[in-house]
Amino acid sequence: MSHADDHQGTRRDFLYYATAGAGVVVSGAAVWPLVNQMNPSADVLALASIRVDISAVDPGTQITVLWQGKPVFIRARTEEEIAESRAVDLNDLPDAEANNENLGENIPATDENRALSEDGQWLVQMGVCTHLGCVPLGEAGDFGGWFCPCHGSHYDKAGRIRRGPAPRNLPVPIASFVDETTIQLG
Amino acid sequence: MSGIPHDHYEPGTKGEKWLHTRLPIVGLIYDTLMLPTPKNLNWMWIWGIVLVFTLVLQIVTGIVLVMHYVPHVDMAFQSVEHIMRNVNGGHMIRYFHMNGASLFFVAVYAHIFRSLYYGSYKSPREVTWIVGMLMYVLMMGTAFMGYVLPWGQMSFHGTAVITGLFGAIPFVGESVQVWLLGTPNGSIGQPALNRFFSLHYLLPFILLGLTIVHVWAFHTTGNNNPTGVEVRRTSKEDAEKDTLPFWPYFVIKDLFALAVILAVFVAVVGFMPNYLGHPDNYIPANPLVTPSHIVPEWYFLPFYAILRAFDGEVWLVIAVNWITFGIVDAKFFGVIAMFGAIVVMALAPWLDTSSVRSGRYRPMFKWWFWLFAVNFMLLMWVGARPAEGIYPYIALIGATYWFAYFLVILPLLGVIEKPTTPPATIEEDFNAHYAPKGDGAKPVATPAE
Repeated sequence: MSHADDHQGTRRDFLYYATAGAGVVVSGAAVWPLVNQMNPSADVLALASIRVDISAVDPGTQITVLWQGKPVFIRARTEEEIAESRAVDLNDLPDAEANNENLGENIPATDENRALSEDGQWLVQMGVCTHLGCVPLGEAGDFGGWFCPCHGSHYDKAGRIRRGPAPRNLPVPIASFVDETTIQLG
Repeated sequence: MSGIPHDHYEPGTKGEKWLHTRLPIVGLIYDTLMLPTPKNLNWMWIWGIVLVFTLVLQIVTGIVLVMHYVPHVDMAFQSVEHIMRNVNGGHMIRYFHMNGASLFFVAVYAHIFRSLYYGSYKSPREVTWIVGMLMYVLMMGTAFMGYVLPWGQMSFHGTAVITGLFGAIPFVGESVQVWLLGTPNGSIGQPALNRFFSLHYLLPFILLGLTIVHVWAFHTTGNNNPTGVEVRRTSKEDAEKDTLPFWPYFVIKDLFALAVILAVFVAVVGFMPNYLGHPDNYIPANPLVTPSHIVPEWYFLPFYAILRAFDGEVWLVIAVNWITFGIVDAKFFGVIAMFGAIVVMALAPWLDTSSVRSGRYRPMFKWWFWLFAVNFMLLMWVGARPAEGIYPYIALIGATYWFAYFLVILPLLGVIEKPTTPPATIEEDFNAHYAPKGDGAKPVATPAE
């Protein structure tokens, strides 16, 4: 290709590229709102936290509440449950991380790091199996904790995965005590 | 159009000429209806009409159902019950729509397997095949979203499992899931129901448009036929020895077949409308309780089986996980396998290396094809079983054969197989089946002039 041809084309080529470039930018600007409207809306995002009254939850029982469209298990554990969970060897756990949003990442999955209260009585966790999102059943399975009926994942009394296809421990959401009988989620 | 030579529309009257010079629509309809069609087509060539009929049935019953349905999490289930109990004839319209989805998939699977056996996907009909595969994928999306709308237990928790698949994509999976479902933590709620309803209404019309493209493509290349031999295009006379016009010969044949199929369909709708469904979907959606056994509708089962076949203990999954530094885990591998199963099928025109089109003249191919068909039924069966005991192994064998058929067997057969000789012309094949009588009588199926 000769330079003379280049010069001939320069002005017209520039207009082609500029027009095409402007077209791409305008199309992108027009399409983005149509894509972005599908992201969570303001009212959905606003329902970020709820308060749960736990005064009626006796040791050895649990309640399930709906938070942001997903079930949350809140269990008052007995002394035996706590003792049993604390005696588990960490080497027996398929997922060695606590998976506790209150503590951050790379925290060992000890029972202390999973429970919400210092004494270990209160266990708050998402009721969503980490395999494919089914809701596990309470006080069931080979480890006396939770059992997912969909594909057979067994969780122990601290909500840690012990056997089955689920890869992770049940997630512990952001939660805190507002007072003695009220837990805030989120 | 360099198609099969045949007579084209000639406007006769003054009025026809006036319209034809302004909008040649009558000519378009005439040429479409009078298309020369190979005269040896067998009964497996009727599924196209069944599919067109079913699409129209679904659109018409769907539009009517929308007049009574409410896409809201608190009212969707009730509004469907309202259709079932209060709306005049509502239960029947809904049962037609519900079972219409099953009829759609029966027809599409028969249509696809017909094409796989007779090599209809091969050159020059690759575009027809690709458009068809696109329609098949859209059909599956439409059916899935339609199943969500009644907002029963299966609707809700099935959606959780299927949209959870997108969450398995590395890096962007979670954002994709949030975007698809419109909730910050990927929970299923009002946003999902509303947008699925919107898309469930839209996609059938896109399918209608693609139907026209699909028909246009094979009207350009001409129909395939059981011999896989092309219609002679040397002259109009030669072409007429191989073909008959679509109207009235094939229209009447297709309508007869449609009547037989509809007799069975109406019997199912009338006497066992819930046979193919799941009782759990008559329980209102409850996010706190999962049905003990989540199963997709029967037409998704083969692909559901492939999805579940690849768990973390399969050596291939472990190897891929290691090579990709853990980016592709077992969950994502299953998702790739499920979508990959359709992708390899769509690539069949380029994977099949045989010079002979029809399976009728391919002695080795026949066996592999029928094994493929049996394997499809096996995967459908195992997809409905729980993922424990022997079932995952059966699913793994079935999934492996699916990929082997397209990626190994089809390419290799073209090299090692020695096909028999197809007839030289369609006319020859036709006469072999409907021999002209020795006394000179005309063959039965020759058009009366």
